[in-house]
Amino acid sequence: MRFNFTTRYEQDLKLFRHAGQMFWYGLLVLALLLAPLVFSEYFISQLVFIWIYSVVGLGLMLLVGFTGQVSLGHAAFLAMGAYTEAYLQARGWPFVLSITSAAVVSGLTGVVVGLPALRVKGIYLAIATLSFGFIVEEAVTRADSITGGSSGITLGGLEIFGLQIDSETRFYYVSLVVLVLCILGVMNLMRSPTGRAFVAIRDSEISAQSMGIHLARYKTIAFALSAALTGIAGALYAHKLRFLSPEQFTILQSIEMLIMIVIGGLGSIYGAIFGAAFWILAQQFIVAAKDWLPPAIGQQTGLQPTIFGIFLVAFVLFEPLGLYGLWLKIRTFLEIFPFYRKGMFKRQKSYLKSERLK
Amino acid sequence: MTAPLLKAQNLSIQFGGLKAVDDVSFEVWPHEVFSLIGPNGAGKTTIFNIISSLYKPTAGRVIFEGEAISHLAPYEIARLGIARTFQNIELFEHATVLQNLLVGRHCQRHSSWWQDLLFTPRVRRTELQFRRHAEEVIEFLDLQHYRDSMVVSLPYGVRKVVELGRALAMRPKLLLLDEPSSGLNVEETEEMGFWIEDIKNDLGITVIMVEHDMSLVSRVSDRVLALNQGEVLTLGTAAEVQAHPGVIEAYLGGVDDLPPNPLPTERGAQAHPGGGGVT
Repeated sequence: MRFNFTTRYEQDLKLFRHAGQMFWYGLLVLALLLAPLVFSEYFISQLVFIWIYSVVGLGLMLLVGFTGQVSLGHAAFLAMGAYTEAYLQARGWPFVLSITSAAVVSGLTGVVVGLPALRVKGIYLAIATLSFGFIVEEAVTRADSITGGSSGITLGGLEIFGLQIDSETRFYYVSLVVLVLCILGVMNLMRSPTGRAFVAIRDSEISAQSMGIHLARYKTIAFALSAALTGIAGALYAHKLRFLSPEQFTILQSIEMLIMIVIGGLGSIYGAIFGAAFWILAQQFIVAAKDWLPPAIGQQTGLQPTIFGIFLVAFVLFEPLGLYGLWLKIRTFLEIFPFYRKGMFKRQKSYLKSERLK
Repeated sequence: MTAPLLKAQNLSIQFGGLKAVDDVSFEVWPHEVFSLIGPNGAGKTTIFNIISSLYKPTAGRVIFEGEAISHLAPYEIARLGIARTFQNIELFEHATVLQNLLVGRHCQRHSSWWQDLLFTPRVRRTELQFRRHAEEVIEFLDLQHYRDSMVVSLPYGVRKVVELGRALAMRPKLLLLDEPSSGLNVEETEEMGFWIEDIKNDLGITVIMVEHDMSLVSRVSDRVLALNQGEVLTLGTAAEVQAHPGVIEAYLGGVDDLPPNPLPTERGAQAHPGGGGVT
């Protein structure tokens, strides 16, 4: 068991709380850097998908997990990012500039979509974002001069500062760097006033505004940043697939992304990454399992959605904090071994006799 | 005492056919504890909501430090230095006590979102400063033990104190307390009384309080305004107000209601004292 002895306020502002954390994360980064030397190209390619979906997860987490605004249209932001990247790259923009533009375009669209969020809540906001998703999907199909319409668009090879990103390994490093930068950004945000304002809005709008938080402004910022992150993921996605067509950005994808972060664990940065990892690895596992399952089950259509559905229900019922909640338990178990008790994470709710029933 | 800190001028508000507040005027002077009492539905919390601009008055206005404030948005009210607590506790439940207090410092931030994204030296500086301010509140209210606890896991009594702390972290000029003792046991209520006295005497913050517990009201208030059905009954010290026949009538029903006298009165005994304000 570790006790953090805080003697200066600066200590609480650090990204790494103690030397142990720094050691383990250092080890993790090292392992990730060396991964391409050990694993097959196919596995590395799956890791790239995890990084990309982690960035999406971060964006969605910022909006859903931290600010408490629901969105069923995030595939549209992914599309905005991807098509902006494809369009600008075809016109010879350097990668750093084009991915930034993808973030900006997507972010500005986020502002526009965020506008109804200032007026509607909950299920109505879900419907508003849902319809936005359909609008973008339709627009992408129609605007064939930019997007290639329903026949799709192909991207050329990626080059960063004169270096050809022509192998899976190289792109692995590019997306890893982007992911780490995004994580750092979100961590910074969450330890600063803006992040606290998001959480305040999520937990109680009425008292947030009584504390001086401009609701409209912070909801707009949340939408914009969330969309921008998703746009960045979209740009990476475009380069990963090298081919974009409208059916990659449907409502189904939006819902999948939402399920992903719920399984990962709402309200934590870990949740976004765990969710993405689970999502990609579980898909691989299901594909592999199809071969040895009896054909009556393995060849069923809709096997994958069914399994994810079951997982979602199970998590909501038994582990509302998702994979992150599981991780917390395992970590605590190891940290205080052998003193872990069964009901340690049961919500400790203490009542006073005079507390009113709600 | 030069000018009143807050002035309510002929405040009225109407919800459909119901006049919740009807032509209420009062002045609150700096460094006093001013209590609003009255049976349920008297319009006390409604007056709070008008002051914090959650409701717009149908008529009349609120003047704070010489400026009319009723047209402002709720978040602008906070910037003027008016903090409040809520009857049913509106804390940020899935955040720690410390984070809740830090949100109270929100008005004093100077950084914009992109500076926060990069966590620039300036953000770091203000964060350290905010933290010191929050720690002062923690020390003042004895919350050290709960600093890093999630609010969801705290008992009701502590949450009440944390909410008071969050309002104090704003370093307000005027503090609106909506039933600070509701849901607290006798000891906790007593403690709340000490804190309200300290807030007034040590921090020099003016307090307006809605309260049902008359012992707490008599102990800490300088002046008391009694309301019934949206109208002012009387204004004076706690003892004066308690002795006022209109107040007794509003709470207990008039002497006229007693069986020997068959005449019905205009204000019936529809309320009971200390009912806990389920409004």
